[in-house]
Amino acid sequence: MSASDHLIIAPIILPLLVGGLLLLLDGRNRSLLAFISLASTFALLGIAVGLVQAVNADPVAVVKVYRLGDWPAQFGIALVADRLSALMLLLTAILACAVLVFSLARWQKAGSYFHPLFQFLLMGLNGAFLTGDLFNLFVFFEVLLAASYGLALHGSGHARVRAGLHYIAMNLAASSVFLIGVSLIYGSAGTLNMVDLAQRIGGLGERERILLEVGAAILGIAFLVKAAIWPLGFWLPSTYAAASPPVAAVFAIMTKVGIYAVLRVGSVLTGGEAGDTVLFGAGWLVVGGVATVFFAMLGMLAAQGLSRLAGFCVLVSSGTLLLIIGMNQPGIIAPALYYLVSSTLAIAAFFLLIELIERGRTVADDILAVTLEAYGLEDEEEPGEQGDAGVAVPAILAVLGVAFIACALLLSGLPPLSGFVAKFAILAGAFAQNGITPETPMPRANWILLVTLLLSGFVTVVAMLRAGIRSFWASIERAVPHVRPIELAPVAILLYLCVVMTVRAEPTMSFMQDTADSLFGTRTQTGIMTPPPAALAAGAAGAVGEAP
Amino acid sequence: MEIIVAIAIGILAGSGIWLLLRPRTFQVIIGLSLLSYAVNLFIFAMGRLRIGAPPVLDPDVAVDVSQYVDPLPQALVLTAIVIGFAMTALFLVVLLASRGLTGSDHVDGREDDA
Repeated sequence: MSASDHLIIAPIILPLLVGGLLLLLDGRNRSLLAFISLASTFALLGIAVGLVQAVNADPVAVVKVYRLGDWPAQFGIALVADRLSALMLLLTAILACAVLVFSLARWQKAGSYFHPLFQFLLMGLNGAFLTGDLFNLFVFFEVLLAASYGLALHGSGHARVRAGLHYIAMNLAASSVFLIGVSLIYGSAGTLNMVDLAQRIGGLGERERILLEVGAAILGIAFLVKAAIWPLGFWLPSTYAAASPPVAAVFAIMTKVGIYAVLRVGSVLTGGEAGDTVLFGAGWLVVGGVATVFFAMLGMLAAQGLSRLAGFCVLVSSGTLLLIIGMNQPGIIAPALYYLVSSTLAIAAFFLLIELIERGRTVADDILAVTLEAYGLEDEEEPGEQGDAGVAVPAILAVLGVAFIACALLLSGLPPLSGFVAKFAILAGAFAQNGITPETPMPRANWILLVTLLLSGFVTVVAMLRAGIRSFWASIERAVPHVRPIELAPVAILLYLCVVMTVRAEPTMSFMQDTADSLFGTRTQTGIMTPPPAALAAGAAGAVGEAP
Repeated sequence: MEIIVAIAIGILAGSGIWLLLRPRTFQVIIGLSLLSYAVNLFIFAMGRLRIGAPPVLDPDVAVDVSQYVDPLPQALVLTAIVIGFAMTALFLVVLLASRGLTGSDHVDGREDDA
């Protein structure tokens, strides 16, 4: 094995070692901790870029497999890096860098052990994206959850502890559900390795098959709790709104872990040689996704505080993605991945931005958690206080305002930014499905998708507009927030990346297409899906050579 | 034997879920513990129940797999126990913090007015 082969395990080992080291160091020496943490996170970014390049080197699907201790894959622990994993790793690393830089300005001081917990969270996230078997997925979920419990409480305070209590209870129950699902799958198929599972699934008898589907459904519920589908996602808005802003921003990727798991395990479990190529229960995903989006729309309109609004934006994003996955049309998976990246970046930027905007509002020490109710009262008073029309807008407010407009455009999917490109591509993909000619009517699911996407975009615009007017226009006489460049830069970088995704939409989208194809290619490789185009099939055959 | 184990798991899970839905934090944590016991037993049972069969191969005897039980669920259940234990401890800390901050052991941090 060459050094580059070991690159796959680096995203797990590095944060683990650094996190452990940070625990041992004196917590009072903040600049040293911050420096080590920062170095590790930027190294992760480099590793993620390297991995993306490695799996993207070939035009055909490349699956890199890393077997720990060189055990055969069905006995040992295997890590698998394909385009989807590498993409998610890169997204995590980008978010982590931005959030960490942001938190250096003040939030790292709000409590102890911020940096070690942050590293362990990254370890859990990276592990969940790389693991090749279901039980390790559970282990890495627990690692990232344990770190996230600590981070959700970072800064302490009444609101955080209350929201954290609900969040932890919910996720502990979900972990039990996860284990039941995993053990049912093991009991019926006799393996937990995803590739091995995909190979065995066709040969199962009727009884095992039913048990396996029950297990997979239960497992799916555990993933959907993470993805915060309605009605399992009530914990999300209050937890995210109560969490400190940098933590909420990095949590933007956590719902996407649930989405990733649904996509990944769904692609493994789909169909079988029984000829059934539809993800069973996909209809429920569509229903759940639509319900999530509608619930989030109501929540957005009712939200009093900005961070609650952002929490509901997370729900819109994950509801839309679940709806698309549930539709089970290969043509719209690539735009959905583009949407995933774009919306995650935008939501993270929005969470960071909210803290800067609201800084001017809070009179009390902003390390203390200010309850949402307090914001609500404050907001209601504002319409009465009319500012002078002639007051000049301070420069910093103008900058924040522009960033806010960019977030609004991205989240609602209005042109010209990447949110629009994403939604347009999703709709174009849904309308241009093979087999839909002018004579045959569109499937009902496509109409549902169209209505949901457009309506959620409209509601987002209304909610963001209202929030923007309240924050930037209605209260001119308020104190101008004191913002340091180190806090503005991460927001600017995240938004700039969205702009890059827009300008370079074509190469980005073709990478997403390759990613989606390789996901479906994995199915071909195991003889599960109907064969895609010949080039892809050849690629899948090449990948078999590397896979165990 | 299967029916007894199944009933035991059912009772544990049922009591766990009932306690989980109660309003006091202490009940919630006991509920979570019971639920995790049920899940651990369930994982164990998924390796099929056998009496008197060891999970580890004996090198002195010729290997006949049918004489052994599946060792993997036992390994899985160990991991699950460790993780569940750690999570319960962590939850206990948050529970105490909540009790200290709110002065109430209600899961919402305040008593119902009813």
